Amino acid sequence: MSNSDRTMLKGGRVVDPVNGVDGSADVLIDGGRVTRVGPNLGIEPGTIVIEVPRGCVVCPGFIDMHVHLREPGHEHKETVATGVAAAVAGGFTAVACMPNTDPVNDTAGVTKLILARAAQAGLARVYPIGAVTKGQAGEQLAQIGELRAAGCVAVSDDGRPVANASLMRRALEYAAMFDMPVIDHCEDVSLAGDGVAHEGHHAAVLGLRGLPAAAEEIIVERDITLSGLTGSPVHIAHMSARGALAAVRSGKDRGIRVSCEVTPHHFTLTDERLVGYDTNYKMNPPLREAVDVEAMLDGLRDGSIDCIATDHAPHHYDEKLVEFDRAPFGIVGLETAVSICLDRLVHAGHVPLSRLVELLAVNPARVLGVPGGDLSAGAPADITVLAPELAVRVEAAAFRSLARNTPFDGWSLRGGVAATMVGGRTVYVNTAVPGATSFDQRA
Amino acid sequence: MLPTADGTRHAAGMPLAEGGRSSGAPPVLETPAGLRAKDLLSIGDLSANEILLILETAEAMKEVGTRTIKKVPTLRGKTVVNLFYEPSTRTRASFEIAEKRLSADTLNLAATDSSVVKGETLADTVRNLEAMAPDIIVLRHGSAGAGHLAARLCRARIINAGDGMHEHPTQALLDALTIRQRKGRVEGLKVSIIGDLLHSRVLRSNVLLLRALGAEVCACGPATLMLPDMPRLGVRATTSIDEAVEDADVIMLLRIQLERMRGYFFPSLREYFQLFGMTVARLRRAKPDVIIMHPGPMNRGVEIASEVADGPYSVILEQVANGVAVRMAVLYLLAGARQE
Repeated sequence: MSNSDRTMLKGGRVVDPVNGVDGSADVLIDGGRVTRVGPNLGIEPGTIVIEVPRGCVVCPGFIDMHVHLREPGHEHKETVATGVAAAVAGGFTAVACMPNTDPVNDTAGVTKLILARAAQAGLARVYPIGAVTKGQAGEQLAQIGELRAAGCVAVSDDGRPVANASLMRRALEYAAMFDMPVIDHCEDVSLAGDGVAHEGHHAAVLGLRGLPAAAEEIIVERDITLSGLTGSPVHIAHMSARGALAAVRSGKDRGIRVSCEVTPHHFTLTDERLVGYDTNYKMNPPLREAVDVEAMLDGLRDGSIDCIATDHAPHHYDEKLVEFDRAPFGIVGLETAVSICLDRLVHAGHVPLSRLVELLAVNPARVLGVPGGDLSAGAPADITVLAPELAVRVEAAAFRSLARNTPFDGWSLRGGVAATMVGGRTVYVNTAVPGATSFDQRA
Repeated sequence: MLPTADGTRHAAGMPLAEGGRSSGAPPVLETPAGLRAKDLLSIGDLSANEILLILETAEAMKEVGTRTIKKVPTLRGKTVVNLFYEPSTRTRASFEIAEKRLSADTLNLAATDSSVVKGETLADTVRNLEAMAPDIIVLRHGSAGAGHLAARLCRARIINAGDGMHEHPTQALLDALTIRQRKGRVEGLKVSIIGDLLHSRVLRSNVLLLRALGAEVCACGPATLMLPDMPRLGVRATTSIDEAVEDADVIMLLRIQLERMRGYFFPSLREYFQLFGMTVARLRRAKPDVIIMHPGPMNRGVEIASEVADGPYSVILEQVANGVAVRMAVLYLLAGARQE
């Protein structure tokens, strides 16, 4: 379909918290943008009408603000093309990719390569995140202005923290000139040492070196203090410890410009899973204790957590089929996140759908300063259509991602994605949802 | 009964790997011999009854070592691979002697003279060995859970001979055999384990085993070398060596693992010995019939004074002797007993 074609999504439940919409409505799309949202819109001749399947929910497109697409340099784990294919299959219309590639995304050339690959793939939007420091070495600032001009939306040394507090301070001040948040992987490296699992009972019994929660909490506290000092926004990546959440709450109460994200695995799984040494339970930050999971759920309910992000970290199966302490950290998340959120947050009664849309669409767009997050007239027609009652069985072997490293393989979950649209164009249809083929605009 | 090499029978009452059973065997051996789990990766894999079965079997195995011809045909035709990624004297020698006394065909592979030095992964090494159809792989490795990985990849039974800081199950079993030999029981004894608790796989296996058999376990060491939440393990933790020694029936000293000291755990070996070293003077608080154990290798003058190690309370060499019997029992119960 060409962008000038008018398309009508007819008859779904629309959840658009920015505009206070939660009810039956039609969505009119023209030229790749939303033009009207309202009940029983008239259909002009020449409009393609998509009947939204019964029970499905039309939402502003979900944005995963924390993924690793591995290109350039680690194409055996994932490429931009396979990563965005996984994204749209998981209901994400946009992803922000971390700079720990090889070479590191610390120059315009790498940023442009990623954007060119994303344009070729033509599926999800890709927002590159540049490095805070050259080579992510933590020694001198990367050329943040150049990265901004090339298309980066934020900076981060994700995978490692900005260990030097003085450098972190300057990064916050400098990036704010370009309206870019600094996203920090909060971990005191001296305290974390060569730990591989949450320091607690289970790691102790299993003889695994510990990563204490304090290593995360200390840097979260430091970053909030530095954000207060500089007045610049800081975003806490993949928060996992209850003490870190307490610090964020306290910072927000004081008016500090701190935001944070949590991953689906950190609000569903605990360190009890380590028994058996399955390396698909190895990630950094590590799975923590039940009280931490409870705290994350609490933060999702009360609004102190801003975003859900997957920290999609693909690895080749060879790399994970090793001794636990030698395996790389990280799991994939793009193709499981929405089902986990629907099952474990919405159906479990922790949050209503409108709050989930804030966590997955509204707030990520705001934190990154990118378009999206709402269905206002003129907004890009990036749309995630949910099938909240769909029975989903996670099947890693069927992932679009090149990688299979998920702890959720075989899980049965309630709720999934029916279709994904980017710029008014359908980029994914889930044929398991009855009637979802109506989204197939090639028909 | 075990058949001897010359075909005569002894009164030890062992069930046979092949053939009939003595009607006079102890009741515990009358139950279908063998262990539920495919592998021995952790003491946690064993029920209390299975621990007792191994100990009873080991008692019977001890007799084999007293014969002129120290060999029985129990594991004839079985192939056992000893795959050692870490240096070892006692454990490796003990397993190999145990295997040979049971007539198994043994193969010793050390990481330093195998494809490991060419960068082969553990998974590939294990799968390649598996292709040659061994019955048992005895694995010593520096990473916790290495045996779990190997067990997932092959049908051969895995015996964990020490995996990083995780466990060393046969060490705990031989310790229990030694305690029972000296005390007649494990239940109700006060067992104090002193030393580097944090990095010790011997501690982890012993805590599980001693608690399963009803001992009272006290763990003592510097605060920097404690495990988090020791009470959850059923262990009383103290930094006072006098408190640990007080009325102890068994004192087990753990090696200060200089090779695992990646951090700053105590200022000097000298100060460690002053605060936590086991000396003759300190021993006076213990029960008069206390026994002193050490899994080896010892750092004399660090965790244990030579006078204690070589003194009348020491059962350290009995532990080593019992190691062979316990490993024979484990090999027999895993490889010999069940498949019939």
